Amino acid sequence: MAPVVIRNLNKKYNEVHAVKGVNLEIRDREFVVLVGPSGCGKTTTLRMVAGLESITSGEVLIGDTVVNALPPMDRDIAMVFQNYALYPHMSVYDNMAFGLKMRRFARAEIDRRVRHAADILGIEDYLSRKPRQLSGGQRQRVALGRAIVRHPQVFLFDEPLSNLDAKLRVQMRVELKKIHDRLGTTAIYVTHDQVEAMTLGDRVVVMKDGVVQQVGEPLDLYNAPANRFVAGFLGSPAMNFVRVALVENGGMVQAVGDGVRLALPGATAVRLRRHLGEEVTLGVRPEDLRIVAAEAANGLSFEAVVEVVERLGSEILLDLKVGAGSMVAAVEPTVQAKVREHLRLALNPERLHFFDSRSEAAI
Amino acid sequence: MAVSDLVTRQAFADAPQRGAATRLLEDERWLAAVLLLPTVVLLGLFIAYPFVEGVWLAVTNATVGVPGKFVGLANFEALWNDSIFRTAVYNTFIYTAVATVFKLGLGLWLALLLNRNFRGKAFTRAFILLPFIIPTVLSTFAWKWMFDPTFSVINWTLFHFGLIHSRINWLGEPDLALISVIIVNVWRGVPFFAISLLAGLQTINPELEEAAAIDGARAWQRFWHVTWPLLLPVTMVVMLFSIIQTFADFQLVYVLTGGGPANATQLFATYAYQIGVGTGLLSQGAAVSLAMFPFLLIVVVVQLLYIRRVEVH
Repeated sequence: MAPVVIRNLNKKYNEVHAVKGVNLEIRDREFVVLVGPSGCGKTTTLRMVAGLESITSGEVLIGDTVVNALPPMDRDIAMVFQNYALYPHMSVYDNMAFGLKMRRFARAEIDRRVRHAADILGIEDYLSRKPRQLSGGQRQRVALGRAIVRHPQVFLFDEPLSNLDAKLRVQMRVELKKIHDRLGTTAIYVTHDQVEAMTLGDRVVVMKDGVVQQVGEPLDLYNAPANRFVAGFLGSPAMNFVRVALVENGGMVQAVGDGVRLALPGATAVRLRRHLGEEVTLGVRPEDLRIVAAEAANGLSFEAVVEVVERLGSEILLDLKVGAGSMVAAVEPTVQAKVREHLRLALNPERLHFFDSRSEAAI
Repeated sequence: MAVSDLVTRQAFADAPQRGAATRLLEDERWLAAVLLLPTVVLLGLFIAYPFVEGVWLAVTNATVGVPGKFVGLANFEALWNDSIFRTAVYNTFIYTAVATVFKLGLGLWLALLLNRNFRGKAFTRAFILLPFIIPTVLSTFAWKWMFDPTFSVINWTLFHFGLIHSRINWLGEPDLALISVIIVNVWRGVPFFAISLLAGLQTINPELEEAAAIDGARAWQRFWHVTWPLLLPVTMVVMLFSIIQTFADFQLVYVLTGGGPANATQLFATYAYQIGVGTGLLSQGAAVSLAMFPFLLIVVVVQLLYIRRVEVH
């Protein structure tokens, strides 16, 4: 177990600058998730830590050692691949034992470690089978087992759950969390799935176009996104965005957009006062919208027309028409809403997000 | 009577008038036989008939222009005591074994190189196939010039680098001649190995190599423990194809040495040709050809068993 430090890491493929100046300090025993859309450089970053991809510039440290020039085998890492990458001609046992055999462990020690890992993962009964005789979930366990037996300094996960069906993915997510709590090995986990990122990570790193957008604990990112991209990427359904102009009206700061005219509450108004006269983006999470009685109209509510009602069981998603734009609201499952119904929605004043229109940074 | 009734009746009235052949073909057994017929005719005409004719020739005393009578195994008895035939058998095994080992080794090496990423990869891969594409007789004539004692470009080069001081008679010395013939066979056969093995390599998920690298396997161990076992099925098929072709090789030797000097490069096929066509002893030539059969049969059986085993797994 060791910390991992990434300093000003860059990767260029001919014309393409895939990873741009990534800086990251991963603490010992920490579980850090790199998340972002495909092509954001998260996998390339992971592969540079693994030593599978050369580093164009910058440094990677595992423990106290700069590992830039070390081959993967000397970095004391274990990696779980998206497609499992199990050796098809070897049994489950041999797949797990291979790394130890290559490192010349004693036969008894190999056996002890393989059986221990198989026990943790519940795959004792499959040890003599070949990978192709296993289901996707079982293969994933073997791939995990192959990493566990090595007792490495760092676990690297490259979208390990993306080939599993939805139900199994949730189950394996929980198991991964348990295994990490039990082993306490530093882990770097790459995914494009924001739910995995939020649930697994001690800290989450959101990337886009090779650049780190924000690093922090999951709820901090969710509640205080640093920019519009992070705000829109985390959360499902995604945050609603409305273009509004900030104007002063009778001493109040108002956000005026298509179908909305909001009187901003005290602290927010103070914060945004220096952007008066500008066009900015207002962000509202679907769960921060609430249906109120038509009479209860106040400065933080607006009119909307229901277009689609999606009943998910635990909640209802309302696709709404607001002015010419649209919004999604997540409301209580008991709400009775009909298509084409006119509703009045109120915003939670504590949970309004504003982003600069040009830089997209939170303001 | 409604119009529809009329139409229906008309249709039923027409049914029995369809041809007898059409009705016969509606029976699956007949249809199967008809569909198989072209294949059976082709195989029979071009494979079964010549084979049976060859077997028949081998047990007669036919010569050119003389139909011949049945003589049992007399031709094979004669071969058993024929020292040239024994030389040809020995040469054929040496030729096949040495050429196959080199073709596999060089072909695998080339395939591993071509499997990497480099500029001009597609062009190189196409270029590699050249020896395989050029008609064998033409390329072999080029080699014959290169082996010519007087005009040999090989000798000229070696001489100019001071490596030799007298001409090497590549095709004139018995041992050298066999080596020369093997070199040409290897040159011609390597592309087939390289391209086939390259195709095999490309079916192997590159993540396996990466997983093995992280698992601590060095380059040689990754090849031995991961790549080679996964490439083995393709390798087996390619090798067995090559063995069959090399074992029955004719063109190279016929053009380069004609089996000489002093039968030093005489193979099954060239000896069969020399006796059967050269001397006109058709029956004995057929017997020489047929003597290849048991060995090739074993190779084919091994190949089929192996492929079946791989398919079962």
